[in-house]
Amino acid sequence: MALKGNLRDFTITQLLNLVNLAQKTGTLVIDGSNQSARITFRKGKLAYAEISNEDNGLGAILHKAKIITAAQYNTINTRAASMSDKELGLLLVNSGYVSQQDIIVSMQNHFIDIIQRLFSWVEGVFHFNAGENSAENRIPIRMDLENIIIEGSRRLREWEQLQDELPNLDLALKFTDRPGVNLKSINMSVEEWRVVSYINPKNTIRQIAKAAKLSDLEVRKVVYGLLQAGLVELIRPVGVERKLPGLETAMAGQSKEEQKNLVNRLIGRIRSL
Amino acid sequence: MQTVKMVVTGPFNAGKTEFIQTVSEIDVVSTERKISSEAEKVKESTTVAMDFGRITVDDELVLYLFGTPGQKRFDFMWEILSEGMLGFIVMVDSTRPETFREARSILETFRAYAPTPYVVAANKQDMEDAWEVDDMRIALRMDPEVQLLPCVSVSRDSVKSVLIQLLTNILKEIESN
Repeated sequence: MALKGNLRDFTITQLLNLVNLAQKTGTLVIDGSNQSARITFRKGKLAYAEISNEDNGLGAILHKAKIITAAQYNTINTRAASMSDKELGLLLVNSGYVSQQDIIVSMQNHFIDIIQRLFSWVEGVFHFNAGENSAENRIPIRMDLENIIIEGSRRLREWEQLQDELPNLDLALKFTDRPGVNLKSINMSVEEWRVVSYINPKNTIRQIAKAAKLSDLEVRKVVYGLLQAGLVELIRPVGVERKLPGLETAMAGQSKEEQKNLVNRLIGRIRSL
Repeated sequence: MQTVKMVVTGPFNAGKTEFIQTVSEIDVVSTERKISSEAEKVKESTTVAMDFGRITVDDELVLYLFGTPGQKRFDFMWEILSEGMLGFIVMVDSTRPETFREARSILETFRAYAPTPYVVAANKQDMEDAWEVDDMRIALRMDPEVQLLPCVSVSRDSVKSVLIQLLTNILKEIESN
């Protein structure tokens, strides 16, 4: 029977655990809300991982790991676009640009990064295609899943805590009115600055994440930090219809005097209790 | 007959049901169930739908008090209960700092989505291990203008004081509009 289902019912951690314990060989395909991922396993070990809409080639991986320069990466893209990762790897090693170890470590870190990102996916469907796939052009990697699962579980707990702290990404942010606080004097990471640059009562946190190219987990982390530091506060986005009506609805159709009269009657009654 | 409502919210075991019971003229209609989770077994039963209390003002006006379920998994109820409310009270158990974070989260959720006046009640202030209100304000990261009121939800005077303060805030909001 095909192994398929929904991430709401079966988490990434559970899937990896299953693959690990059952020593499975095959490819796990996950279709998330915005992206899809393909993870290949061989006898319960991670062999390959890629995510859609991203450059998963060896050139991009080495560039991300700062093993090659941007100019070298561009050269690879123009001159070696048709080469497989295995061919490109051999070429780069034989040319002395990188070592075999550089390639393996960079690819392992890239795969771990992809899997760790998957831990924050809570929406999506998956299916597992059992059996060897044609991966002869790929650089063979075999990684134990135990450490990845442990790290992923830790991140999942962190994710759950952040979700508790910041359950709703459809809220907006505004800077707190704290005199004397100068943002320029606060040490912030590049990601934090990117979020800060989009803070506006009209922008929801979800919109900020999209504009700053951050995942839900990443934007939650940044916003949580800013909230903890007292730099920002959550507000309902300006221009968005109130989900819950305010006082005007609770006392609809009444003049201001009638509303005040109503509240004064309530106060009087409670005082008399 | 006009009816208005106020909502009492807060984390699990903050004292919401007691608060409503103390001033309600009817026995609180409470949908309580025995607690199944070991982690939440600090009391025998908990609210799973809502508490419902009533204060008749006169022939033409009735105030209803609604209590939300405290546990996180019932947060879908909050939005339903909050619709059309005059204001809300966030109850916090002063003796259980481990619930402060959740209280803050509930407060921020309500504040962002329900643009009505509110107060925060630091409940169980009569207990020996209750945190000082000023310390709670810091722990809850509350702005100085937000009212954090000492409360003992089994004391009628204390509950009345919290309700009157909330109504006073509502009155100010009406006057300022």
